[in-house]
Amino acid sequence: MSTLIEPTALTNPVERVLRNDRIPTIWCPGCGIGTTVNSFAYALMASGADLKKTAIVSGIGCSGRVSGYVQLDSFHTTHGRAIPFATGLKLANPELTVVVYSGDGDLTSIGGNHLIHAARRNMDLLVVCVNNMIYAMTGGQAAATTPGAATSTTTPYGSFEPELNIPQLVDAAGACYVARWTAFHVKQLEKSMTEALKKKGFRFIEVLSPCPTLYGRRNGYADGLAQMKEYKELAKVKNGAPTYEVAITTGKPIIVGKFVDRDRPDYLTLMRSQLGAHYHEIAEAGVGCGDDSEGKEGCCSC
Amino acid sequence: MHAEKESVLTGIHFINGDTACCEGLLAAGAKFAAGYPITPSTEVVERFAQRAPTVGGLFIQMEDELAASITLQGMVWAGQKSFTVTSGPGYSLMMEHIGYAAMTETPCVFVDVQRGGPSTGLPTLPAQGDMMQARFGSHGDYSTISLVPNSPQECFDLSVTAMNLAEKFRVPVMFMMDECVGHMTEKVVIPPAEEIEVQPRRRTSKPPDEYLAYEVGEDLVPEMAHAGEGYGLYITGLTHDKKGYPLMNPKQQRELIPRLFEKISRAADELTIVEADGVEGADVVVVSYGITSRVAMRAVHLAREKGLKVGSLRLICVWPFPEKLIRQLAPKVKALIMPELNMGQVVIELERCSGGKTNVVSLPHPGGTVHDPLVILEAIERGAQ
Repeated sequence: MSTLIEPTALTNPVERVLRNDRIPTIWCPGCGIGTTVNSFAYALMASGADLKKTAIVSGIGCSGRVSGYVQLDSFHTTHGRAIPFATGLKLANPELTVVVYSGDGDLTSIGGNHLIHAARRNMDLLVVCVNNMIYAMTGGQAAATTPGAATSTTTPYGSFEPELNIPQLVDAAGACYVARWTAFHVKQLEKSMTEALKKKGFRFIEVLSPCPTLYGRRNGYADGLAQMKEYKELAKVKNGAPTYEVAITTGKPIIVGKFVDRDRPDYLTLMRSQLGAHYHEIAEAGVGCGDDSEGKEGCCSC
Repeated sequence: MHAEKESVLTGIHFINGDTACCEGLLAAGAKFAAGYPITPSTEVVERFAQRAPTVGGLFIQMEDELAASITLQGMVWAGQKSFTVTSGPGYSLMMEHIGYAAMTETPCVFVDVQRGGPSTGLPTLPAQGDMMQARFGSHGDYSTISLVPNSPQECFDLSVTAMNLAEKFRVPVMFMMDECVGHMTEKVVIPPAEEIEVQPRRRTSKPPDEYLAYEVGEDLVPEMAHAGEGYGLYITGLTHDKKGYPLMNPKQQRELIPRLFEKISRAADELTIVEADGVEGADVVVVSYGITSRVAMRAVHLAREKGLKVGSLRLICVWPFPEKLIRQLAPKVKALIMPELNMGQVVIELERCSGGKTNVVSLPHPGGTVHDPLVILEAIERGAQ
């Protein structure tokens, strides 16, 4: 008689950083978003970040749901505005590690202006952009990242505008860490996320992800695996590649790797050094709990 | 709880309404704000940018009003009190995040120094054309509070109230100034910190494993926890359950949305904030708000000199509308006259609540300047007949 492992005894190591009561996720079979979240979960654990002091902010869309599956302080905000919300969190409580996790349409199109300015300010945020090259949640409309030759429900004859080279954009705007991986490169992605979590300033990681339901099936990929195979075949690791050379072109190599890693003072560091003595540190108790009864020192523990 | 001493500029000042508003919000405990410049509101954030670092806070000028109106909400969820300031065109851009604040029950203040519109309109001249937008501007259905000051002194006093009400009811409060009130300079008395009542954040006293982000008690207002406190918050603009988890079905919608209304409507008496002058026994009552109330007062005095029995009812809290008060008043007077710097917005509510029991007279004005008091006087005279 063979020995069966009791299924209940098995636990996934990433469970402790996921909201297990929210799983299964809404994502389709073959979608790569969950794969990126797995890498992120390992990175969170490897980075040594205090999970109680880490917040995750998303916008709207399939990738916008990531915040809700991770056991951190999760904020599912409005379409395109995850970065400014995250900016507010970070400024008002500099102790927080703040991660923005959202999709290409959310971060680079409707939220593109915020992406540029957060990079320019060197706001101390890690932004993970899952790029599935399509507006998936709404049913497969063209995005700023949809390759020209690809078709979508709103570009049935193909798109007539070139796709955005996101790493080049954030590099030009001043990001101090820029990397790109795909859902195939799970270990590299995890390593990159771990490294970025430990770094200060505006950090940006683009992750290409298959979307078999709304991108793949209209563009010659039989399933999610077909897109993964393409990532494997076409990806070329070029660390330090100039970001103007990493645009994604159909059928051409997909350049992945860490493109930018530089140091410059982030917003709060600059603010403190420029304001000097004029700046009073924020009172630890924040707004306070309202208990102003006499005889107590500062804010009560609630 | 009282205001913090270092945030309060106690003394007698000669300042404009925008400056007074900034001082009021500081006194109310706001140390953090996000904004985007727009006439005629910019003086509020210029002042705040100077003052905030001295109290351990900061002002950030964002890339647009969409950003500013949600950055402030990040600040709130990080544990601070926060606000933003704008005028018409920017206010339109902020609508989405007024809805987000209403849905997520994020306490904050949106200051709108109203100017002539629509569109770019009259950037440097007054109007009161955003009053219905304050009530209904964001998509979906929600209930908030709108306060309208009519002097620099009140820009101070009432902005403290605005922040207090935001914290108490966990709603975005609209502070509806106008260009006249914002730019007029008058004496403003800022009392000592210990005389300024400040509503603290309604924080939960429960440990994380017992806490539900949207569990409510008697007054239907949930208690808050902040990011970084170990509560594992889940905050979303989607229809959500008590945990804050998305739950999108008609049953949950029915559980959540009516509560957002009821937490305000239940406090209708507390939120009936008016200034009544000679209303008892009056034949005609002029109902007004903001800068228009000061012009109306001139007309009321002129009418009284002519021997007419006329009262003034100034709405300080316009939304929720003082329905009960108007229902009681309407049958007792010959006419209710409402001048406003718009083509007739709040008068729609006045007429509804009057229920046909009196003659409701709208005195619309497209803005750019204030009413001629003689136009209001003439309406009073006709109404008294």
